[in-house]
Amino acid sequence: MSSVAVIDYGMGNLHSVAKALEHVMPDVEVLVTADPEQVRNADRVLLPGVGAIRDCMAEIRRLGVDKEVAEAINSGKPFLGICVGYQALMQRSEENGGVDCLGHFDGTVRYFGDDLKETDGERLKVPHMGWNEVHQRFDHPLWHGIDDGSRFYFVHSYYVDAVDKPLVAANCHYGVDIDVAIARDNVFATQFHPEKSHTVGLQLLKNFLNWDGKR
Amino acid sequence: MALAKRIIPCLDVENGRVVKGVQFVDIRDAGDPVEVAKRYDEEGADEITFLDITATHEGRDTMVHTVERMASQVFIPLTVGGGIRTVDDIRTMLNAGADKVSINSAAVFNPDFVREAADKFGSQCIVVAIDAKKVSQPGEADRWEIFTHGGRKPTGLDAVEWAKKMVQLGAGEILLTSMDQDGVKNGYDLGVTRAISDAVNVPVIASGGVGNLDHLVAGCIEGKADAVLAASIFHFNEYSIPEAKQYMKERGIEVRL
Repeated sequence: MSSVAVIDYGMGNLHSVAKALEHVMPDVEVLVTADPEQVRNADRVLLPGVGAIRDCMAEIRRLGVDKEVAEAINSGKPFLGICVGYQALMQRSEENGGVDCLGHFDGTVRYFGDDLKETDGERLKVPHMGWNEVHQRFDHPLWHGIDDGSRFYFVHSYYVDAVDKPLVAANCHYGVDIDVAIARDNVFATQFHPEKSHTVGLQLLKNFLNWDGKR
Repeated sequence: MALAKRIIPCLDVENGRVVKGVQFVDIRDAGDPVEVAKRYDEEGADEITFLDITATHEGRDTMVHTVERMASQVFIPLTVGGGIRTVDDIRTMLNAGADKVSINSAAVFNPDFVREAADKFGSQCIVVAIDAKKVSQPGEADRWEIFTHGGRKPTGLDAVEWAKKMVQLGAGEILLTSMDQDGVKNGYDLGVTRAISDAVNVPVIASGGVGNLDHLVAGCIEGKADAVLAASIFHFNEYSIPEAKQYMKERGIEVRL
């Protein structure tokens, strides 16, 4: 039986993502855990996260999740980051007055701003909350069966601005163009919540559970 | 090419069953909340809201189990409101599988609870529900006040100022119910919806009084709401979610189809 470790560092609701994984593949073993041994032995690793980045990073470091993540990424096993679990992979976030993140990708997590406007002048609310179109930049096993431009569910006030644009797997527009998915080797990460994105989100999670970590 | 306006069916739940009041008095039964939520999920609802109107402790335990059942079968965002008074109430609902909780009267009696909740769990999961009623007389400048206890008790608080204060304290979203309209199916109170949507930087959900699809359209366009919530027009099959979305799309509103 294949297994997936959902890393639990005490931030946010892991019930949803665990239930969604069980739903798309009932015979997969879903471990919600921070135990390094269990994470090391799992076939796949998922890093979720909601809330403020400072608190998330503090718990990630306190529990040694930073080392578990580095080990998983270096091992070549399929790795998926979601929301703050995506932002945490960047170098730095502007949230909470500036927080150093894990630095697996070159990039900054930026604030949308208090006076965000669409190009036609329409005022935009922050957080970016709801269903927006995700434009895929290249083919990837995790996009299998998902139409380009499908809407996924977002809820966030800070967005990723990656330096290596060729690694950006998807963009979305909300006042500015934002990098909402990134892919390199065995790592894939998304700003949106696949576990809350109905059929397209469940398809992405299913693709992750079927993925061998190669392009 | 933009963020879609959300359509949110709301299920008023009492002792594990969906009910919907007309002006909070005349109650009809629309069935098992999880079954109803699954149907909405299949139809393409963008979120689901459960409002627990149960008064008893036993009823609240039933609600936790309902949320757990719901969260293992329905994979769109779920907001749970009604009787959320403590940090423990919030934790219980989030752990059961809710994505957001909606705080109502507890915010009126103790505004600092909103700050505490947002600090602990993040603004993204804290919705503040506001029940507003127009108090200005014809000929006066429009003024709306916050009411509690199902619209019976005035508080003297100005609704627009209150909404701004809730956002400052950490509310990530405002669920605005215009009380004088609720259940009578004359549509949202567009004046207060627009006034609050203009006054705050977080999304506003319009609620109360939806009787037809034009009301949903007006809530988005004239009321400038980011999401529209309705109950009975969906529960009793007057309109389906796809019909509502198609209707809105034809009138130039971005929706998720």
